[in-house]
Amino acid sequence: MTEITNLGVTETLEGLNKKEFSSEEVTKEYLEIIKNEKDLNAYIHYNAEKSLSLAKLSDERRAKNKALPLEGLPIAVKDIFCVEGERTSACSKILENFIPSYESTVTSKLWQAGGVYIGKTSMDEFAMGSSNETSYFGSVINPWSKSEEKLVPGGSSGGSASAVAARLAPIALGTDTGGSIRQPASFCGTVGIKPTYGRCSRWGIIAFASSLDQAGPLTRSVADSALILQNMAGFDNLDSTSVNIKVPNFLDSCSKSIKGMKIGIPKEYKINELSPEVEKIWDEGIKWIQDAGAEIIDVKLPHTKYALPTYYIVAPAEASANLARYDGVKYGFRKEDTQGLEEMYSQTRAEGFGKEVKRRILIGTYVLSAGYYDAYYLRAQKVRTKIVEDFNSAFSNCDAILTPTAPSGAFKIGEKNIDPITMYMNDIFTVPASLAGLPAMSIPAGLDSNRCPLGLQLIGKGFDEETLFSIGTIIEKSANFKSI
Amino acid sequence: MREAIKLKGETGTWEMVIGLEIHAQVNCKSKLFSGSATDFGASPNSQVSFVDAAMPGMLPVINNEAVNQAIKTGHALNAKINNTSIFDRKNYFYPDLPQGYQISQFKSPIVGEGWINIDLGKGDIKKIGIERLHLEQDAGKLMHDQHPRLSFVDLNRSGIPLMEIVSKPDMRDWEEAGAYLRKLRSIVRYIGSCDGNMDQGSLRCDANISVRRPGEEFGTRCELKNINSVKFMMKAVEYEAYRQIEIIENGGVVKQETRLYDPSKNETRSMRSKEEAHDYRYFPDPDLLPLNISNERIEKYKNELPELPDQKRERFQQDYGLSFYDADVLTADKSYADFFEIVSEERDAKFVANWIITNFFAMLNEVEKSIEESPVNAMQLGELFDLIQDGTISGRTAKDVFEEMFTKGGSAKDIVESKGLKQISNTDELESMAKKIIEDNSEQVSKYKNGNEKLFGWFVGQMMKNTGGTANPKVVNEILKTLLNE
Repeated sequence: MTEITNLGVTETLEGLNKKEFSSEEVTKEYLEIIKNEKDLNAYIHYNAEKSLSLAKLSDERRAKNKALPLEGLPIAVKDIFCVEGERTSACSKILENFIPSYESTVTSKLWQAGGVYIGKTSMDEFAMGSSNETSYFGSVINPWSKSEEKLVPGGSSGGSASAVAARLAPIALGTDTGGSIRQPASFCGTVGIKPTYGRCSRWGIIAFASSLDQAGPLTRSVADSALILQNMAGFDNLDSTSVNIKVPNFLDSCSKSIKGMKIGIPKEYKINELSPEVEKIWDEGIKWIQDAGAEIIDVKLPHTKYALPTYYIVAPAEASANLARYDGVKYGFRKEDTQGLEEMYSQTRAEGFGKEVKRRILIGTYVLSAGYYDAYYLRAQKVRTKIVEDFNSAFSNCDAILTPTAPSGAFKIGEKNIDPITMYMNDIFTVPASLAGLPAMSIPAGLDSNRCPLGLQLIGKGFDEETLFSIGTIIEKSANFKSI
Repeated sequence: MREAIKLKGETGTWEMVIGLEIHAQVNCKSKLFSGSATDFGASPNSQVSFVDAAMPGMLPVINNEAVNQAIKTGHALNAKINNTSIFDRKNYFYPDLPQGYQISQFKSPIVGEGWINIDLGKGDIKKIGIERLHLEQDAGKLMHDQHPRLSFVDLNRSGIPLMEIVSKPDMRDWEEAGAYLRKLRSIVRYIGSCDGNMDQGSLRCDANISVRRPGEEFGTRCELKNINSVKFMMKAVEYEAYRQIEIIENGGVVKQETRLYDPSKNETRSMRSKEEAHDYRYFPDPDLLPLNISNERIEKYKNELPELPDQKRERFQQDYGLSFYDADVLTADKSYADFFEIVSEERDAKFVANWIITNFFAMLNEVEKSIEESPVNAMQLGELFDLIQDGTISGRTAKDVFEEMFTKGGSAKDIVESKGLKQISNTDELESMAKKIIEDNSEQVSKYKNGNEKLFGWFVGQMMKNTGGTANPKVVNEILKTLLNE
């Protein structure tokens, strides 16, 4: 029965429908493999008893012919989503023992669609990182690692990407602020989509940078992502930035022809840091799309080079305020035996937050300070508008944009975490779409010389995830990527 | 026109420059960004949602009822309502601020410039500019008296909507500042956007004050905090003005700072200097979209605005023929005006106004009760006036009856009957009584007839004494005049 964990979402649901196996059996299989693959450190927490009882309930519904769209499907959840009764820490010491008594909108929609909670996956602390090395619960290992050198899974949704790639879950939820779904998807050889900002509710997701954060799925196929996103998306009146717009049928888009579509290639993404292997895959991707009948055109995104610095001003600024609530007063970690309020605050936060989180809080505090606000935060907002305008003008000539997801494949644990700027370079291709709030998807396209996955990124118009699913399916078929 | 108070220092006269920042708790059922209740006096932490406690992943959603109240208030302040305003985060750490930031409005407030008229007595009116009105969240409350070593936090107030109303520095003494605060309180009560209770903290006031030589540039200002009544605000301003004058006259320089008013000692103390002031790092709250208000919505609340104090005062002067003073007093609070209008219906309005102001308000003041708490309601007071007007009792007796009604209860009629206070207007009865008094006091009569006219009052007094004060004074006067001048 071990092949159950090799099945994608569609096949798993089919098997369940045909009574080839029960949700309880599926869940057991996954729990077993989670236990066996503990060394990957992909999960920080799971609750077998709860998952099995949820699976049994699901089987009962199915037996009564009351099966829901995702009935019986195990779903792994990035530790940034509040799940009622389950420890939710954002992989930070400061929330180490926080157990929410509420459920995020996105997860609750998935449970209402029949999904079975299987566990919490690791992530960079508060989603700040591109290698999953900043997690308070230790690094996650990319399942593509060779035994002699451990590779990072990417970040911040590294646990989710690693879990999906290694068959520890059929799908996993991630969040993407500057590439946190797409880059780990690329590193681990999975599909990952960040939908349009406002497509999924942020309610109940621990905030990193509110104007950028979006939830999305990591899956082993484009169609699986379509089906899961379908069940995550939708307007929520508890999130003022969620957009009241109809959610189309994404699965239908996966079988649509792309003939006659125009796909833009921005030359600004051909940077010095781009590895030749990545460039080669990009060229192949262009060819696959052309072969499918789409037209390739050049587009200009002149402000691309400012996207990374802009992102590393806007995101830390918002984070510095979003993380102010973790102060030891109400919940979470508090440093005991301190003298007075000031000391309690400073020692709680000094010990409760990791190095990268503190770095970003400091950057964010600095760029918002009197005397620096105009030069940094305000300027960054202006550049952000320019980046939006770049995309608007590019999209007046094309239907989607094709770029690499990251400048390289997965790197070794410890290789890049000495210098933050080197680490931030990982996000260079993913942050522009984040700043513009546009949907973007990473599809595994090939392997680098280390035989590690490389992904291609598709960026779409606002609320046009459909086109991404159509083109993504073409890339998926053409690449014929073999997962591990 | 009233001259503002100038202060005499050792080196000459000084003028005050005062601006007020008022925090008015918006009268609405739920908090600014959550659905929690806003009732006053609920047990600690019983009105706290996940949003108010800033639990991880919680998001604010604007309460449109609070926005509507701000629009109404803006109209009542003759101010411009902005079609677009922005909520910002004001960042600072304090245990009563669960988010670590207060959601407020900084660069783009919901309401822009406006003005109100303040009344300075004797019909003098002064126009005071309004700088802005913005919406913001209140913080929670620390409780230091629950435990010997620990402080507790009550988050019931956390997230309650406030309107911060900032005046221009247009006031020149504490009387004007007091008049402004009273007028503003009256306005928000009229339109129902705030209950205006300063003792419950639903209306709070910070005062900015500086001094200068008349006609010169503004001096350095200090901000006074912790003021919870009109009286204390006026005292705080007075104390602070003298403090600043003394510093300057002794060759010193006033430091820009925030000062705390201590009502028990009537003094202000330094809280933090300009250098120690927080850097609040305001930036637009990314959890909230800009607040867009359509022209239709703005107009709707303009049209629904009730009669405001100034309009009501003018109407009272015109329709009831009241003096400016009487009309002003009666319209200062909507509850006064409503009370007056009920009592004065089909009665002599001027008489009613006068009686309410001199007797009824005096009694309320004496027992420190509001008009809503008065044991005598408008209908009951009206019945008392009917007894005066139809001659059943004298005005003098009415005061006693009213006191009885107020302290012991009962209707005016019942009290008059049971105590036999009905006025004696029977001419025959009074005439024979008068005759007897004249007969028995021939000495007084001859003195009166020899020109000591003051003795007339003595005869009136005898009549009143004999009747226990129930004789109709008008009739007594007539009878005595006729008999004594025969």
